[in-house]
Amino acid sequence: MTALIQVKDVTKKYGGLIANNAISFDVAENEILSVIGPNGAGKSTLFKMIASFTPTTSGEVTYQGERISNLKPHIVARKGVVRTFQETTIFKSMTVRESVVVAQHLRAKASLAGYFWGSKTAKDDVTAFEKYADELLDFLGMSEISNEQASNLPQGSLRALGIAIGLATDPKVLLLDEPFAGMNHDETMNMVNLVRSVRDERGVTVMLVEHDMPAVMNISDRIVVLNFGEKIAEGTPSEIQNNEKVIEAYLGSVDDEIGM
Amino acid sequence: MLNFSKTQIFGVAAFLAVVFVGVPLFIAATGRSDFYFTLTSVALLAIASAGVWLTFYIGRINIGQGAFALVGAYVSAILVVKAGWSFWISLPAAGLFAALIAVLIGLPILRLRGVYFAMITLVLTQVATLTALALPITNGAKGITNIPLPGAISIFGIPLVPDFSTLENSRMAFYFTATILMVITYAALYRLVNSRLGHLCRSMQQNEELASSIGVNITYIRILIFAISSFFGGLGGAMFGSISQSVYPATFVVKDSVDFMLNCFLGGLGYVFGPMLGTLVLYFGWDLLFEFGKYQMLIYATLLILIIRFLPNGLLSVRFGKGGGK
Ligand SMILES: Nc1ncnc2c1ncn2[C@@H]1O[C@H](COP(=O)(O)OP(=O)(O)O)[C@@H](O)[C@H]1O
Ligand SMILES: [Mg+2]
Repeated sequence: MTALIQVKDVTKKYGGLIANNAISFDVAENEILSVIGPNGAGKSTLFKMIASFTPTTSGEVTYQGERISNLKPHIVARKGVVRTFQETTIFKSMTVRESVVVAQHLRAKASLAGYFWGSKTAKDDVTAFEKYADELLDFLGMSEISNEQASNLPQGSLRALGIAIGLATDPKVLLLDEPFAGMNHDETMNMVNLVRSVRDERGVTVMLVEHDMPAVMNISDRIVVLNFGEKIAEGTPSEIQNNEKVIEAYLGSVDDEIGM
Repeated sequence: MLNFSKTQIFGVAAFLAVVFVGVPLFIAATGRSDFYFTLTSVALLAIASAGVWLTFYIGRINIGQGAFALVGAYVSAILVVKAGWSFWISLPAAGLFAALIAVLIGLPILRLRGVYFAMITLVLTQVATLTALALPITNGAKGITNIPLPGAISIFGIPLVPDFSTLENSRMAFYFTATILMVITYAALYRLVNSRLGHLCRSMQQNEELASSIGVNITYIRILIFAISSFFGGLGGAMFGSISQSVYPATFVVKDSVDFMLNCFLGGLGYVFGPMLGTLVLYFGWDLLFEFGKYQMLIYATLLILIIRFLPNGLLSVRFGKGGGK
């Protein structure tokens, strides 16, 4: 397995609180890797450090051998590692299509001045962005809501829009923080299939944080388990389901929740 | 990209006709040539307000435009009086200098959001006034006076703009200069807002974190926008100094900065042409209330509060409804 992303000894301290303690693991290309753990275990913090939204206290994250931690989010995004948010973070007063168009700006060939004067390259860019937005929304099954204002969308569509915005940047690695939160069973299963096709058809490596155990077990190639900022286990879904430490520390007696 | 609707084209044509033909005819017919001065002031204040509106567009409340107008006025005055430059070259230089200052100040303060940014910018105008009082080059409280009127421009011996001091009616010349400048400013603003830079600004206004996660260099865009905003402030201020032929530390004070911001609120933050309308209404509104003497400020403030309370999206929202006019 060649590691695309390497998390090396990453620690994050908030004052006296150790949110992540010397976490290390690798993510392979084209893998779907989930990070699970109880609330406050440090999952979101880990994602924020990978995408450089917050600096590490020590340790580093590399992508294709290059350090991507302790930079700026837009620089990491330009390298192809893009994070979506746990909260439904969207552009409220844009339509779905506008959001997906604006999110493609990294692909722009024309300069900002070119857009101002309306150069040929700029016009071609805009045409290409709009075309790709329609393709992407079609791929995500969102064509029908493409002209809806984002603030009017139901929870499930908001999550999908968050993913659409992330995908529009043409990422190599997508970090999804609780993409299935607030969804019912059917919506979740739709989304699981969608995330899988993002990986299968677009070659995007996916890391996700999720609480929905059946969905996690279904979708993940491998799982990393955090508890109180420590990594307590790593392995395939079946390994995790049978891991003593995980069952004891995290799953406790609620075996049925992990879908066994 | 330049596919305007018929209404838009008609609106712009009507506006240009009023400004460049209607007003001069009206003034010729009524002999109220003092109107030229009033409307010139409105045009210049509208240019500075356009800058403030642009900072609103990246989600920042800017109450410091008076500082940049003052900087522009002094830069132009100093270049013309002390260095003997042509006013026409000092004009863009004043804008660029204001933009440069904005970059230096913006680097630390644009990290702030909301009321914190607003408060810091509120202080800027006062700082600019105090600086003008303290520096030798700005001549302290005496200011810079007797600034010569703009000279002629000719290209290859063909006169394009006459020397203003030889004109019988320099007020009309200033009126045309200021309104042309205003039209160019708003055309540029319109283009900017409707080009990619404008879309990136909107994404930042709505969510800076998400904008940076899709790769937008938010620090760079903020600085760029603040610099453009201050360029407009410097331009308006420089032209203002040239018309009054003098600049004092109190030429632009905190009240002016607040007015620039109110112009934007009043006209409507969602409309490119909002600040222009806001400036016009606020300027004339203030003057019309003059008769009320000591109650002028009270009535003015009450009316503003009522307007902002009942028309939170500005005066233009009455006409266009949500999202129109862009
Ligand atoms: N900005 C912050 N400042 C201080 N403490 C924080 C901050 N962000 C997260 N924490 C703390 O770090 C721990 C891990 O949080 P988080 O990564 O959000 O957990 P999870 O996503 O696994 O629920 C929690 O105890 C949380 O309170
Ligand atoms: Mg979390």
